[in-house]
Amino acid sequence: MSLLVIKDLKASVADKPILKGVTLTVETGSVHAIMGPNGSGKSTLAQVLAGNPAYEVTSGSVSYNGRDLLAMPPEERAQAGIFMAFQYPVEIPGVSNAYFLRAAYNEVRKARGEDEVDPLEFADLMDEKLELVDMDSSMLNRSVNTGFSGGEKKRNEILQMAVLEPKLGILDETDSGLDIDALRIVANGVNKLKRPNNATIVVTHYQRLLNYIVPDFVHVLVSGRIAKSGGKELALELEEKGYDWVTELAGASAS
Amino acid sequence: MVADAYAAAFDVISGDVGVPAAVRALRRAAFDRFSALGFPTPKNEDWHYTSVAPIADQEFALLASRTGDIGRDDLAPFSFGVGAGDWHTIVFVNGRFAPELSDLRKLPAGVEVTDLATAWSAPDVAERIGSLASHESHAFTALNAAFAQDGAVVRIARNVEVGRPIHLLFVTDAAAARAMMHPRNLIIVERHATATVIETYASATDSTYFTNAVTEVTLGDGSSLRHYKIQREASRAYHVGTIEVEQARDSHYVSFSLATGAELSRTNVYTTLDGEGSGATLNGLYMLDGEQHCDHQTQIIHAQPNTFSRELYKGILDGRSHGVFNGKVYVRPIAQKTDGKQTNNTLLLSDTAHVDTKPQLEIFADDVKCTHGATVGQIDQAALFYLKSRGIANALARRLLTYAFAADVLETIEVDAVREGLERTTLERFV
Repeated sequence: MSLLVIKDLKASVADKPILKGVTLTVETGSVHAIMGPNGSGKSTLAQVLAGNPAYEVTSGSVSYNGRDLLAMPPEERAQAGIFMAFQYPVEIPGVSNAYFLRAAYNEVRKARGEDEVDPLEFADLMDEKLELVDMDSSMLNRSVNTGFSGGEKKRNEILQMAVLEPKLGILDETDSGLDIDALRIVANGVNKLKRPNNATIVVTHYQRLLNYIVPDFVHVLVSGRIAKSGGKELALELEEKGYDWVTELAGASAS
Repeated sequence: MVADAYAAAFDVISGDVGVPAAVRALRRAAFDRFSALGFPTPKNEDWHYTSVAPIADQEFALLASRTGDIGRDDLAPFSFGVGAGDWHTIVFVNGRFAPELSDLRKLPAGVEVTDLATAWSAPDVAERIGSLASHESHAFTALNAAFAQDGAVVRIARNVEVGRPIHLLFVTDAAAARAMMHPRNLIIVERHATATVIETYASATDSTYFTNAVTEVTLGDGSSLRHYKIQREASRAYHVGTIEVEQARDSHYVSFSLATGAELSRTNVYTTLDGEGSGATLNGLYMLDGEQHCDHQTQIIHAQPNTFSRELYKGILDGRSHGVFNGKVYVRPIAQKTDGKQTNNTLLLSDTAHVDTKPQLEIFADDVKCTHGATVGQIDQAALFYLKSRGIANALARRLLTYAFAADVLETIEVDAVREGLERTTLERFV
């Protein structure tokens, strides 16, 4: 069934239009890659879906599991199973990763009508999840993302995703700035979280990540619109021909 | 007239002949000085941002005898979860020593904790009162010296290391309504001794009353004192507290001032680094809401070479509250190689909270390292969105970020029970 239905979505940042009519449907069990040149609106789409208040939706609709997503505050979206892995994870000195993860986990459980877990039960769960992203338990005692390397921050995002088990995971340029080893770990984590009843949107500038997370569909975003959609071979074609090729295509179709 | 009320109260207390002559003489001199000084006005530079009119315009009664009806259970909220016998505790109810609530049975050899009304019969105790905290220029210190009836005297003999904290717990109940209390404490840490003293002002009532405390601290050569002042007075109370410290060679004074209570409060922490190699660490956290006004003034005098000071004060202000921080650091000409750092950070949780921060460095030596900085900010929107995007509700996310702001200063508290207790207080303060 359709998990996410985006229709003619338009959004602005500081009164500057970025998304100029995006239409996209995501079925459960599928992986969609959103590619595009810098400034095309890829990250804006991810932020809008997560509910970042810095982005203003000016028109269009987004239906998630039959609900009006745009009417939901960010915490409700997360509780309903949407997870965005940040391109730039935020450092929060003074809040331990363990406390943060458990608070998030319990909030999501509460929303599902499940009992909260205590620190001991949570520690058992973490042992299993940490392994998935090849992280040491010592990072649980550190402040959220504070002083983490780029790779550690991205792994921490996937760790959170593993803990919260979202229905819709959105990876916002999770690959940028990662070396190949970190990329493999992150991609491996994402692949292990794949279920028939969830879906993933991978936002990326490079084709490289898609060698590890193989998409069912690839969409190329140019100037706030999807200029071209296709299968995984489209990513390879883009890698070879560059974004100018689709930019020209988009220009030709617009004129 | 309020002045007449103080004069009448002084007539009563000065007639108390059971008090040593030295104390009676001090009371007289201090009251005369207070009468001449009057309450400070905002024209006084030290009180520029804090009007004490709410205190000056009201009459507060002096409680002539022991009052109050406080049981051990009433003290639990202020005991940091420690069980009976874990700490050495001296309790004062409505300003007077409460032996039945105190627990001083396990004091180790070389440690004395007594109530001032008993201790001041000893000439060396009577002489020490006012030796550091002068009533000459400070009206509230003069008022305290004129009306002090009780307090704690703590003395740690040389080379003694006291492991368990000593808790001076001042608590009020309904009998303190419209009354004033002037606790006077002396802490003497002799050569190479170490101790932890927690000084709590708290209330089991929501009455209006006035606490005006003075604590004098003497640190001998190579001694160290951790001194945590916890001000959680009733929400309509007034609190003025002054701590004056004199430090000898190689001594270390570590102060933490927590202020969450009272409608109007002022805490002064003054220390003089009067011995080479001595140092002071002054930290603090104040959390305010509603119409609360809280003022901290610190003063560090680097009077000898190779002395150091570290200062971190944080304020969290909600509602229409007003926070004031004035940190003074003086470096005397002789105090070369002084190493000083002062920071004051404020988090504003509302658009109507107000902060005045005034760092003041006066340096008269030429080979020193002194810095100061102040920041004022609001909840970081990026961090707030990050937490919410993980399913954490707005209210909890704001509380977590508020706690996070205070976390680094709370981490400096070395007594686990106090640190954990204050961490909880911080998480729960702005619900």
